[in-house]
Amino acid sequence: MSESVQKNTAQSQTGSIAGVDVGGTFTDVFVLDETTGMAKVAKVATTRPDQSGGFLNGLQQQVSELSLLTAVVHGTTAGTNALLERKGAKTGVITTQGLRDVLEMRRRDRPHTWGLRGNFEPVVDRQCRIEVPERTLADGTIRTSVNMDCVKDAVKQLLSQGCESVAILFANAYANPANEAQAAQLVRALWPNAHVAVSSEILPEIREFERFSTTALNAYLQPEVSGYFHRLENALTAGGFNGEFMIVQSNGGVMAVDTACRLPVRTALSGPAAGVIAAGYIAGAAGYDNIITGDVGGTSFDVSLIAAGKSMLSAQTSIDFGMVVRTPMIEITTIGAGGGSIAWVDNGGFLNIGPESAGSNPGPVAYGLGNDRPTVTDANIVLGRINPDKPIGSVKEGDGGALDKQSAANAIDKHVGKPLGLSTEAAAEAILRVANSRMAGAIRLVSIERGFDPKQFALMPFGGGGGLHVCAMLSEVGIAGAIVPRYPGVTSAMGCVIADMRQDFVQTINAVLDGIKLDELTGFMQQHVDQGNTVLSAANTRFKQIETGFELDMAYIGQTHTVPVPLLVDVHNNQVQPLNQSRLLPNGVKRVINLRSTVTGIRPKFDLSTLAPDENTRAEPPELRRVHFTDRWHDTSIYNRLSLPAGTVIQGPAILEQADTTLLIEPGYHGRVDDFGNTIIEQA
Amino acid sequence: MERYCRDSISQWSKRMKTDTEVDPITLAVLAGRMEQIADEMDATLFRAAFNPIIAEAHDASHGLYHATTGDTLVQGKSGLPIFVGVMALGVKAVIDKAEADGDLQDGDIYIFNDAHIGGTHLSDMRLVRPYFYQGELFCYLASVGHWHDVGGAVPGNYNPAATDVFQEALVLPPVKLATAGRINQDIIDILLRNTRLPQSAQGDLNGQLSALDLGVSRMDELLDVYGSGTVKTALNALGDRAEALMRAELSALPDGRYSATDYLDNDGIEDEPLDIKVALEINSDELIIDFEGSAPQCAGPVNISLPTTIATAYVALKHLFPNLPANAGVMRPVKVRVPEKSLLSAEFPAPTGGYTETILRMIDAIFCAAAQASPELAVANAYGTINALSIAGKRSDGRPWVMFSFYGGGHGACCDGDGLNHGNAPISTATIPPMEILESAYPVMFKQWALRPDSDGAGEYRGGMGAVYEIEVLEENGAEAFLFGERGKFAPGGIAGGQEAAMNVFSYENNGEWKHPPMVSKMRGIKLKQGESVKLETPGGGGYGNTARRSAQRIARDVARGLVTGQRADALYGNAWRREKS
Repeated sequence: MSESVQKNTAQSQTGSIAGVDVGGTFTDVFVLDETTGMAKVAKVATTRPDQSGGFLNGLQQQVSELSLLTAVVHGTTAGTNALLERKGAKTGVITTQGLRDVLEMRRRDRPHTWGLRGNFEPVVDRQCRIEVPERTLADGTIRTSVNMDCVKDAVKQLLSQGCESVAILFANAYANPANEAQAAQLVRALWPNAHVAVSSEILPEIREFERFSTTALNAYLQPEVSGYFHRLENALTAGGFNGEFMIVQSNGGVMAVDTACRLPVRTALSGPAAGVIAAGYIAGAAGYDNIITGDVGGTSFDVSLIAAGKSMLSAQTSIDFGMVVRTPMIEITTIGAGGGSIAWVDNGGFLNIGPESAGSNPGPVAYGLGNDRPTVTDANIVLGRINPDKPIGSVKEGDGGALDKQSAANAIDKHVGKPLGLSTEAAAEAILRVANSRMAGAIRLVSIERGFDPKQFALMPFGGGGGLHVCAMLSEVGIAGAIVPRYPGVTSAMGCVIADMRQDFVQTINAVLDGIKLDELTGFMQQHVDQGNTVLSAANTRFKQIETGFELDMAYIGQTHTVPVPLLVDVHNNQVQPLNQSRLLPNGVKRVINLRSTVTGIRPKFDLSTLAPDENTRAEPPELRRVHFTDRWHDTSIYNRLSLPAGTVIQGPAILEQADTTLLIEPGYHGRVDDFGNTIIEQA
Repeated sequence: MERYCRDSISQWSKRMKTDTEVDPITLAVLAGRMEQIADEMDATLFRAAFNPIIAEAHDASHGLYHATTGDTLVQGKSGLPIFVGVMALGVKAVIDKAEADGDLQDGDIYIFNDAHIGGTHLSDMRLVRPYFYQGELFCYLASVGHWHDVGGAVPGNYNPAATDVFQEALVLPPVKLATAGRINQDIIDILLRNTRLPQSAQGDLNGQLSALDLGVSRMDELLDVYGSGTVKTALNALGDRAEALMRAELSALPDGRYSATDYLDNDGIEDEPLDIKVALEINSDELIIDFEGSAPQCAGPVNISLPTTIATAYVALKHLFPNLPANAGVMRPVKVRVPEKSLLSAEFPAPTGGYTETILRMIDAIFCAAAQASPELAVANAYGTINALSIAGKRSDGRPWVMFSFYGGGHGACCDGDGLNHGNAPISTATIPPMEILESAYPVMFKQWALRPDSDGAGEYRGGMGAVYEIEVLEENGAEAFLFGERGKFAPGGIAGGQEAAMNVFSYENNGEWKHPPMVSKMRGIKLKQGESVKLETPGGGGYGNTARRSAQRIARDVARGLVTGQRADALYGNAWRREKS
């Protein structure tokens, strides 16, 4: 272990680390030269269906030789897309007698509260879900041992049906994995590839639907996603890369590519999670510990909350109706209001934004790709907030990407102005006001649901469109200030470079606190730490330190919602005691439901000041453009954002432009460039 | 004799007095802000509640209500669907009480659970608080939540043999829980002494009080920014908008009188079916929902009070027109006609604990009638019963245990496609507890937790599949089972020529033999020995359209999946599907 660490330490002193975030429209690359501390960014079109083309293209724009890279860290939506588009492999299930339909029955919910329409197809067809005699009881007692002949037959049957992967899903396997383990051993011996997912290995946690769903979705993704990672790895190797290839997980940590191939379900929110990690790091360096991030994309607005420097984790998420993934994920709340969201007036004379979106293709009316209904971006163009001659990061290559402002204006007139009796400008302002109000609502609700007052937070917009709405968010929510990162369009790619190597483990204990077997608990804790350390030492990456953390999910008997209680481990006395015992009920009997452990390899951080404007920067004189705010046109200064030296203060109204982002400073606000090149926006 | 609910209907159209103008954009912004206040109140209670019926199943609701009529102005999105209609009537009851007493003050909070006044059943505890802005009554805020236990004969308050409310639970009429901001501890003491689960009740009550506090401070912030005149104008405009949307929907339908009849199996006391009759009378942009001909008030707990009936009409309409806002304005063009002394306008002290069964049947009948006006408008009947099953007993150390849950079934098909397999009831959004949680908490084992093949109603599109739950008792002392269900004698119906689904079947093992209870889906105290099981086979959803139009591919796929047997497919659809490659 020490040899490899040293080898890599030596390597990393001479090389660079690249973060690559592949989104629906753009592939972003962030390359950090660890010798000089210099960073370079690139943004190229995402290639489809094989994303590795854009991936390598982006890297090669900034790195002359792939062999100079010590590590490539990837944030991806490949897993999410495969789930949403149902492009996973044909998957089989071997399960307990009587339970073949659990995946299809879900938790007895429905897709929409109102209307009672809509259906659900599980990722595993009923024909490929085979029951075998076996049963474990809730206390771990084996009532019926697993019938191995039936398991063998099931494997044959699934293979003959053409299944590429298989999930083993047994009742109460969290309490005693013996039956699953016995079946898994045989299945692995017979199965022609490595795509065997076992529920007690992937999620030894009580609640059969959530465990089965997570495990089955993992199996469903294994062939596709591991294939994608291998294609990328091969392309990188062919290009001369011989460093470490890592993948960002939904929990905001990275994992080695072979772990990601085995547990692709953990990449469900990989890209967005990396963005939140970077946001937290940038804000922390600039002195802000409490921030709310807002990522305005083409079809959605993603909100996440970082309190006291820590991002919130949620225990599970639904990728789509009935597709539950239970693995810790950075909590990101999405509403359907982005640049491509369509504005329309309903029968009741009411202006609505979304949920329908023109996305990036055909995109806003001004793109001229066939959409004729006005979007939020069209409103920004008509009001002069987006430069129609120099649009940010155009998808269309070659034609200079000029936007059709007149068509955008016509569409706004027709669909919003006329029905509401408003001028073009007033209608465009109206679209933005309603869109801003919806985004502000998401910010408020996210903070309330976590028990925080949004006014205690700073706002950090990122993504291509966040900068256009930042002042509106501040005034709507009543937030004092915002911090706009220097490169808001590549935040997720930067997050890839920053993220630590984090692994989460869970084990259901399900015992009354007084009756808990301490040996068993500490045994599980040790097992988690050992597994975590094994993975960390196998990685060809250097770590500053290794951190472990433990939590117990606890509840009073009768309660179903659990409260996480951190465990303080005193290694010297070998003793464990819970912290945080507030809100106690005097007579409640406490129950320990789950043990959750994390083992994190802390990766070295780079100095953000290397991204700062250098001392010789001189601000270019601004151009002037007419931009509409509230009720009239203002002559507005347009600055090249990256040319502004630290300490510059710009009074609104003003627009700061850079390659992939437009930052709008409205009248009544000013923007200040801090030492890191971030722009701090506050009321003037 | 029939009774027009004219009074309650005319109130839907009342507007607030205001001179302020509001532009359409501010209106859209204010609509979002106020919806969000209600959503935040929901979120506050879900986070704080102690009992899983609120915390997990979201059997609760919050909203803003008109200062003099109690009309729903805004309601949270995540609350239970049935409350969207019924809360307004509960708030009105408090308004009447406060008017009679003449002592309404800022900081007052009323509390009650009387179902004959506020609708639904006694488990639903309502808190209503007047909201004053700058010394003037602006509107009411309300919170309702299903408490785990409110006393009465049966833990959890589902007593299938109740013949009056006193056998169901403690009945609390609207009383002041707080006066001018000071809590009256006496009321809390009475409540906590009348529940089997005082800790749970206290926790839920605290959560509801916190939700109301949050609503007050959010309203203050909103009115500070926009002024009360602007917000009042916006509320009027939102009501007008809701009305306009409803009228537009009704205008699009052909005029006429469309009627349907469905039945409840029995009332749990006497084994006689009970008629639920409805006629939808569409006249241009107005609608009358007429329940004339429905059964008289009955002895058992499937009666419902008038407020529940009106709320149910609202819920059915919201399913038919899912894009309508949760605003009383949608009811302005709608009249609900309910015969007096019927089981849909039951009078105190008639028991109402099983109200869910009756309102599900009303929704089924309304959907069947609506499908005659326009087949695309409606979905076929869902499984139509909540199947409240408890299994209870004593452990070897003497500790009592009660496993109580509702079970799912199939959803109806519609013109878009097949119905959902194993969904939740149309009046609820509650999810089912995981089998492993139940097995870890109670001495039972599920031998089956599966879809029930052939339980769908056939058609061009078939209904969703019901479920089979087979539960074995592991406890050496044995156990007793209680069931409150329906659809054991009358199947969920199809629409537009679609067929009916399979009925609810409940069976239990008794000395090696499977038996069925005499009241079919309602049963008290079935004795089970260790190793014996109960089995609940729930209905599927009704079908849509003629079976002749079903694609061979869909038939073959259902057969290949084992959801429909080949023999039944041949009988329903002919055997052309057998040439299809699955």
